[in-house]
Amino acid sequence: MPLFDRLYNFAHWLTQDRQEAEDLVQETYVKALKGFSSFRPGTNFRAWIYQILRNTFFTSRTGLKAAATVPLDLEGDEGNLPAVNDTPESILLQRSDRQLVQEALGRLPVPYREVLLLCEFEEMSYQEISATLTIPMGTVMSRLSRARRALRDAVQELQGK
Amino acid sequence: MACEHWTEKAGTEKGWTEKLDAYLDGELPADEARALDEHLRGCSSCAAEGLRKVQQKRAVAAAGLRFTPDPAFRARIQKSIAAPRPMPWKRLWLPVFVTATATALLIAGALFLNLQGDRRSEGQLISELVDQHVATLASANPVDVVSTDRHTVKPWFAGKIPFTFNLPELQDSPFVLVGGRVSYLGQAPGAELIFRVRQHQISVFIFQDRGTADVRENEGGRNVLSFEVRSWLHNGLRYFVIGDASAQDLDKLSELIRAAG
Repeated sequence: MPLFDRLYNFAHWLTQDRQEAEDLVQETYVKALKGFSSFRPGTNFRAWIYQILRNTFFTSRTGLKAAATVPLDLEGDEGNLPAVNDTPESILLQRSDRQLVQEALGRLPVPYREVLLLCEFEEMSYQEISATLTIPMGTVMSRLSRARRALRDAVQELQGK
Repeated sequence: MACEHWTEKAGTEKGWTEKLDAYLDGELPADEARALDEHLRGCSSCAAEGLRKVQQKRAVAAAGLRFTPDPAFRARIQKSIAAPRPMPWKRLWLPVFVTATATALLIAGALFLNLQGDRRSEGQLISELVDQHVATLASANPVDVVSTDRHTVKPWFAGKIPFTFNLPELQDSPFVLVGGRVSYLGQAPGAELIFRVRQHQISVFIFQDRGTADVRENEGGRNVLSFEVRSWLHNGLRYFVIGDASAQDLDKLSELIRAAG
């Protein structure tokens, strides 16, 4: 089963719950098999199946809740981002251990979390991300930048504890 | 933090951050990437920001794999996918597939029979002519027009067969024209010419061609019951040269007749 492990990982990141992640993956496979005729050969299969997964997620109870708690400034152009106080210590992630980053990722709003995972972990191109999330390329770029800033803030916050 | 120089260039800091991100993601157009690359070499604050971003990218990539599926769950999904439950598209396509296969088989069968038919008729044709040749040899009156003169033999056929043909000049050749007779092949009249080379007799049959389906692969030479057979098509006439002379003799005579045709 191609992509199974990664799909599950992604589903678990979205739902933050094993049982829900399993339900989500199962439903994704059922939908993918049923709707396989809608997949146009030559287009990106990975983007297609990830799209099914996240569409399924956002119609689930957890997904609806996650979508409802999206920060207002997600795509809004509210001017310059707040400056970060860069000290030599904060230039590098001091505790760049996995658990810290994972915890920070888990705290991010789902749209930030998913775009970071698709870009850094799945190593999707902007175009693939655009197809998976069904958002324009420009939005991919701005959302990625915001997500990175948000992750950085979340890590710093955890580090400050 | 962006340096003033770069911030000025890229407009806003937001634009600059996005540009640096796109650069590190390998998504910046080549010319812009080159310009940014140059800037990073000379600007320590931008280079430090870039390095920090690269480290964060790596950290997320490493942290991304966090959850592994339960083996029981994997098995369950595998089973549900491999279940022999016929998919709707399979049900839909099965009759189409069966029909297509049956049609293909019918066409293949028809082609095969047709081909066989052609082969049979071709074989029958040749053996019929060989029979005629043998009958001519055995006959007390093998020819109806007895003449070695082609200018006698050719006009003799006028009005007896629905076409005309040319006969070769045989001087300086080992062949002698014995004569000719009207022959029939598939209820169509044609000419049979008898030539002699040493002690061998050779029949040359000329018929109107009724489609190449009748005779296919004997453009070259072939051997039927030890009789040499040559055949070719010229100007709508099908020529058959049959005899028990050597293959070289038949080739030579065929060449002479072709040249005259």
